[in-house]
Amino acid sequence: MDQSVITPTDAAGSLRHVRADFPILSQKVHGKDLVFLDSAASAQKPRQVIDCMADTMRTQYANIHRGLYWMSERTTEAYEAVRDQVARFLGAAAREEIVFTRNSTEAINLVAHSYGGLLKPGQVVLVSEMEHHANLVPWQMLRDRGGIELRITPITDDGALDMEALEANLADGRVALVAITHMSNVLGTITDARAIIDMAHAAGAKVLLDGSQLAVHRRVNVQELGADFYVVTGHKLYGPTGIGVLWARRELLEAMPPFLGGGDMISTVSFERSTWANVPHKFEAGTPAIIETIGLGAALAYIESIGFDAIGAHEDALTAYALEALGNVNGLKVIGTAPQRGGVISFIMKDVHPHDIATLLDRNGIAVRAGHHCAEPLMRRLGVTATARASFGIYTTPEEIDFLAATLEQIRGFFV
Amino acid sequence: MAQDDLYRTVVLERARAPQHAGALPAATLNGQGSNPLCGDRVQLHAVLDGQGRIEAIRHETRGCAICAASADLMAGRVTGQDRAHVGRLHAELVEAVETGTAPAGLGELAAFAPLHQHRSRRRCALLPWSALIDMLNDDKDR
Repeated sequence: MDQSVITPTDAAGSLRHVRADFPILSQKVHGKDLVFLDSAASAQKPRQVIDCMADTMRTQYANIHRGLYWMSERTTEAYEAVRDQVARFLGAAAREEIVFTRNSTEAINLVAHSYGGLLKPGQVVLVSEMEHHANLVPWQMLRDRGGIELRITPITDDGALDMEALEANLADGRVALVAITHMSNVLGTITDARAIIDMAHAAGAKVLLDGSQLAVHRRVNVQELGADFYVVTGHKLYGPTGIGVLWARRELLEAMPPFLGGGDMISTVSFERSTWANVPHKFEAGTPAIIETIGLGAALAYIESIGFDAIGAHEDALTAYALEALGNVNGLKVIGTAPQRGGVISFIMKDVHPHDIATLLDRNGIAVRAGHHCAEPLMRRLGVTATARASFGIYTTPEEIDFLAATLEQIRGFFV
Repeated sequence: MAQDDLYRTVVLERARAPQHAGALPAATLNGQGSNPLCGDRVQLHAVLDGQGRIEAIRHETRGCAICAASADLMAGRVTGQDRAHVGRLHAELVEAVETGTAPAGLGELAAFAPLHQHRSRRRCALLPWSALIDMLNDDKDR
């Protein structure tokens, strides 16, 4: 075979070797091989992450930052080294711009509380119609307590952000912050972050990008993008739960008041008043998720050992393969057909409720999600109550997609 | 996947071609239940006789096959029964979906026992029953 010819199927199966790193993939479900197609909700963990966290607890663990003894100092080094790693991963200008949070949701709540607290009544926060509840509800809460206006930018029928509407929404100059997903967890749409940021900055607005989905699939460089805030979550990045990241420009973090109060985030404390630690520690009250942060470091190292060139090529090929395979299933309709998209595919099937699809797939070992995907307003916009969703990780193979499509065809046969 | 324990013929048939669906213009009792997580909604319409037995009942169900079949099987099963009997059937159905073993006498409703493997779907089968019990309790309280 001519090695220079790479068919889509070759590329779609190009990361097959990583499956050996994920112990859970050899599990059986209802007596069937597990086919895990819900990585957009939470990805599975490679043994590199599992071992790193277990080794930390076995050999090198103590509370960090204030311990004066060897074990605490070594753990502090391991923890703070992950901050450097995340700064490189996101292309941040400085390690001080990396704030560890519990997840993306907490990172957005931090911005809504602390940056939102600096906004004046009448100023506007602008989100899109396809936001996860995590990038909608915190802004509704800010609106209700801070008197700001919450403005919604629509999507087009194919599931892309309506850029003309965005421009119109920015026109009155009152928008202080644009908070938009970098990749939709429902539609798979990858938004044109550069264009959004240019447009927002021209109108005097800052930009927060919810990178929970995108950062798993594409290299992110916050400085090249020109973003002001960026959030990611560890458990979708093949890392543990309980650890997320807020990146923000240093001058923004310095101007923002703290989020939670407590130990670690202070400089001095008396009964009369306290002063705050420097950034990023000002935003990290209490004992952090030490083991999970170190586990996130192992996850990022793992992702970088594969490389985003290979990850992106695999995902593009696999997504194209899946769109074609699912498109051939009778009665199946893919929801979201924006030209720029990643490996998250929502679909509905004529005469079969998404929950019945999910249960019948589960009974064949296939894990997909069904429901509103924490995006109820988007479901209403799309005119559906729920969809089924298959989402891919580095370990997903074209054979799994074939099995999904064949099983869906059989399910359809049950109902017609 | 020629056959499936949960999606048996009776469930698929009743979901596709319900026998007790539709409006009931003479209804003196109306109730409803919904599951906001999946958008399932069951509306019930019933007439009781002088002894508090269900003389006629119809359902209008929008939802998954499990919910729609459960509503239809329920309507057939509770016709002619009183509140106490409905309560006993409901308790037996709960036992079936939680343990996977259907008490003798549950009849076609035993089709839902495999839901014990699908914790998140039990509510789909139980939604019509909780709507019915709420409706009958509301009537009693009036």
